[in-house]
Amino acid sequence: MNIVDIQHVTKEYASHKALDDVSIEIPKGSIFGLLGPNGAGKTSLIRIVNQITGPDKGQIFFDGKLLNEGHIARIGYLPEERGLYRKMKVGDQLLYLAQLKGLSKQQAMDRLKGWFVKFEIKSWWDKTIADLSKGMQQKVQFVSTVLHEPDLIILDEPFSGFDPINANLIRDEILELRQKGSTIIFSTHRMETVEELCDNIALIHKSKKVLDGPKSKLKEQFKTNTFSVEYKGQLNGMIPQEDIRQTIPLEDGYTRTSIHVPAGRSSNDLLRELISQVEIRSFGENIPSMSEIFMRAVNEVPEA
Amino acid sequence: MRNIFLVIKREYLVRVKKKSFLIMTILGPLLFAGFYALVIWMAVGSVDSKTIQVVDESHLFTNEFKNTETLVFDHLDSGIDEAKMQFRESKANALVYIPKDVIKDPKGVRIYAAKNVSMELKSSIEKTIEKQIEDIKLSQAGITHKILEDSRVNVQSETISLSDEGEKTSSSGAATAIGMICGFLIYLSVLIYGTQVMRGITEEKTNRIVEVIISSVKPYHLMMGKIIGVALVGLTQFTLWILLTMGITSATSGVMASRFDGLTQTLDGQAGAASQAPAASQHPLMEVLDAVNSLNIPLIIGCFLFFFIGGYLLYSAMFGAVGAAVDNDADTQQFMMPITMPIIFSFIFAQFVIRDPDGALAFWTSMIPFTSPIVMMVRIPFGVPTWQILLSMGLLILGFVGTIWVASRIYRVGILMYGKKVSYKELVKWVFYK
Repeated sequence: MNIVDIQHVTKEYASHKALDDVSIEIPKGSIFGLLGPNGAGKTSLIRIVNQITGPDKGQIFFDGKLLNEGHIARIGYLPEERGLYRKMKVGDQLLYLAQLKGLSKQQAMDRLKGWFVKFEIKSWWDKTIADLSKGMQQKVQFVSTVLHEPDLIILDEPFSGFDPINANLIRDEILELRQKGSTIIFSTHRMETVEELCDNIALIHKSKKVLDGPKSKLKEQFKTNTFSVEYKGQLNGMIPQEDIRQTIPLEDGYTRTSIHVPAGRSSNDLLRELISQVEIRSFGENIPSMSEIFMRAVNEVPEA
Repeated sequence: MRNIFLVIKREYLVRVKKKSFLIMTILGPLLFAGFYALVIWMAVGSVDSKTIQVVDESHLFTNEFKNTETLVFDHLDSGIDEAKMQFRESKANALVYIPKDVIKDPKGVRIYAAKNVSMELKSSIEKTIEKQIEDIKLSQAGITHKILEDSRVNVQSETISLSDEGEKTSSSGAATAIGMICGFLIYLSVLIYGTQVMRGITEEKTNRIVEVIISSVKPYHLMMGKIIGVALVGLTQFTLWILLTMGITSATSGVMASRFDGLTQTLDGQAGAASQAPAASQHPLMEVLDAVNSLNIPLIIGCFLFFFIGGYLLYSAMFGAVGAAVDNDADTQQFMMPITMPIIFSFIFAQFVIRDPDGALAFWTSMIPFTSPIVMMVRIPFGVPTWQILLSMGLLILGFVGTIWVASRIYRVGILMYGKKVSYKELVKWVFYK
C-alpha cells in the first residue's frame, strides 16, 4: 500500500522544465529518501505533494485517493529554508500553526504540553522567536511540523543546523513517529542519513527520475561483484590481470586488493584460489555505498 | 474558510497588541486635542495689552486710535527724534510716526519697534490712518459721513441647493470642510494601511515562514486574511480615535468655555477696530453647527465607510502584490511609484473638484475606481445625484475585485520566488500563469 503515488508528473516553469514525467511510489510506513543534486527538481516535487503548486500534467494519489485539500491536514512539512514569525511568542506561534492544520486550540495546547516537557523547553513558551538561538528555533519548527500527528511527514534537510546531540534527539523522534505509523520523506544530500535511516529512495536528476526502489535492492543492482581481500604474500598471476581492480600495499606488510569475480564464478571459487597462495587476513564483498550509487547514477545520465 | 478567519485573527491581534498601536491610538486624539487646545490658548493667551506710542505731527489722528483690550495708544507731544531716543526706556511695543503732510504723502508713515511688528498690528494701524485720510478727503469733496453710511450695503447670500427633497439651506463652507477631511482621511489611511499590508507580506517572505503557512493555507486565503485583518485594525483605530477625540475635545471645550467667550469678544473687538464687521446675528459656533446639520450626515458616514473600504481593498491588493514580488523593503521602491501616483493625483484632483464639484473633471475622476474613493468623498457633502454614487460604487467594486484577482495571481508566484529582481514584464507573465 502506498501513501503517495506520483504518476507521470510534469511541471514547467517559464524558463525550464522542473519535473519531466516523474513517477514515484512511496510505501506506507517507510522512511523514503528523495535524493538528487541541487536544482534537480526535488523542491518542486515536494511543493506539488504539499499542494503549494499544482502539476501541469500527471496525477498524485494520497492514500489511494486523488490528492485534495482535505489531505493538507494529514501532511507535515519542514521546508529547507526554515522560518517563523520573529516577533511572535513561541507558544502563540505553535498554537496558530497547529490550528491552521485543523487542530482545535485545546487539542493543540494539550499536545504542545507533551512536546515542551519532552524537549525540556517549557521556559520558552513566552519568548519570542528572535530571542532563541538558531538550533532552538529549529526545535520549535520541528514541533510545529509534527504536532498535528500527520500521516506523512516531509522533511527537507532536517538535520542541518543541529548539533550532534540535538540531531540525535530529532533522529530518535523521527524513528518513534515511524513506529507510530507515519511515513517520512527525507529530501537530503547527506548520504549518511540515507544510509542509516532510509528504506526506499528515489533519485531525481535533471528533472527526471533516474532511480528508485528499496535501498537493499538498489545495492544489489549496483553491486560490481568485486571483493576486497587483505593478505600477505604474492598472487603470482593466478588471477587474470583484468579482474584486479585495485592494489594498495598497507603499512604493516599486508596488501589490499579488489578483485572482480566474473559471471559464472562464485566468491567461494575465488576464496579457494586465494587460500592456496596467500595468507588471508580479511575477505569481504564490496557493497556499494549510497554515495557511490548516487554518483554513478548521476554520471550515467547523458548531458542534456 | 476556517483558516482565513485564523489568519485574520492573527493579523489583527498581532497589530492591535503592539505597543505602537496603543501609543498611536492614545496619542492621535491627544495630539489633535492638544493642538486644538493650543490654538485656543495661544489666541486667548496672547491678549496681553501692547502700548503703542504715536507721534502725530499732522494732528489729524488725535481721537482716531481707540484703545482696545489689547492695544493702548499713547500720544506723545515730543518730536519724532526725541521720541526715538526715549523709546528704549519707555517699554512701549511700537512707535508710530505720522508726518505733517500725511494727506499728500501717505507713504511717510513709519512704525518703529524693538522687535518685529505683527502683520495684524501693522494693518490695523494702516487701516486706521487710511480711513481717516479717506474721510478727510471725502468731506473735502463734499461727501458727508451720513451719505457714506447710507451708501454701504451689506450683502449676505445664502446658498440653497435645489434637490428632489425641495429647497434646503446648505453651506458650501461646511461641505468644503467635511469633504476635504473625508478625502484626506481616505488618502492617508489607504497609504498607511496599504503599506502595512505590503510590509507584512514582505516580512513573511523574507522570514521564509510563508512556505510553511501556504502548506496549510491557500495563498489567496493568506493574502485576503492579511488584507482584511489590517482593514479591521484600521477601522478599530478610526473608531477609537473618533471616540477618544470626541471625549477629549468635549472635556477641553468644557474647561475652555469661559475663556472661549472671552476670545470671541476680543475677536469681535479687534475686527470692529480694524474694519466694519457685519453685525454677527448669531454666535459663530452655532452657525457652524447649523451648517453641518444641513448636510446629509448618515449618507456621508455611509459613503465614507464604503469608499474607505473599497479604496483600501483596491490599493492594498496592489501593495500586497508588490510585497510578494520583491525580496526586501528596499526593492519595493520601483513598484511603489505607479501605485502611489494615482493616490496622490486623486488628492490633487480633489483640490480642483472642491471648487467645482459638478464639473467634468469631478464627474470622471469620481467614476474611475483608482481616483473615485477620494474624489467622490470630496463631492458627496455638496450633494451628488444618486445614480452617480451608485455607478461609482459599482465601478469601485469591479475595480477592487479586479486588482485583488491580479494581485493574487502575482502573490501566488511571487512569495516563492527568491533571489532575483523582478521586472514588470515578469509580473505580467505571472498573472497569466496557469
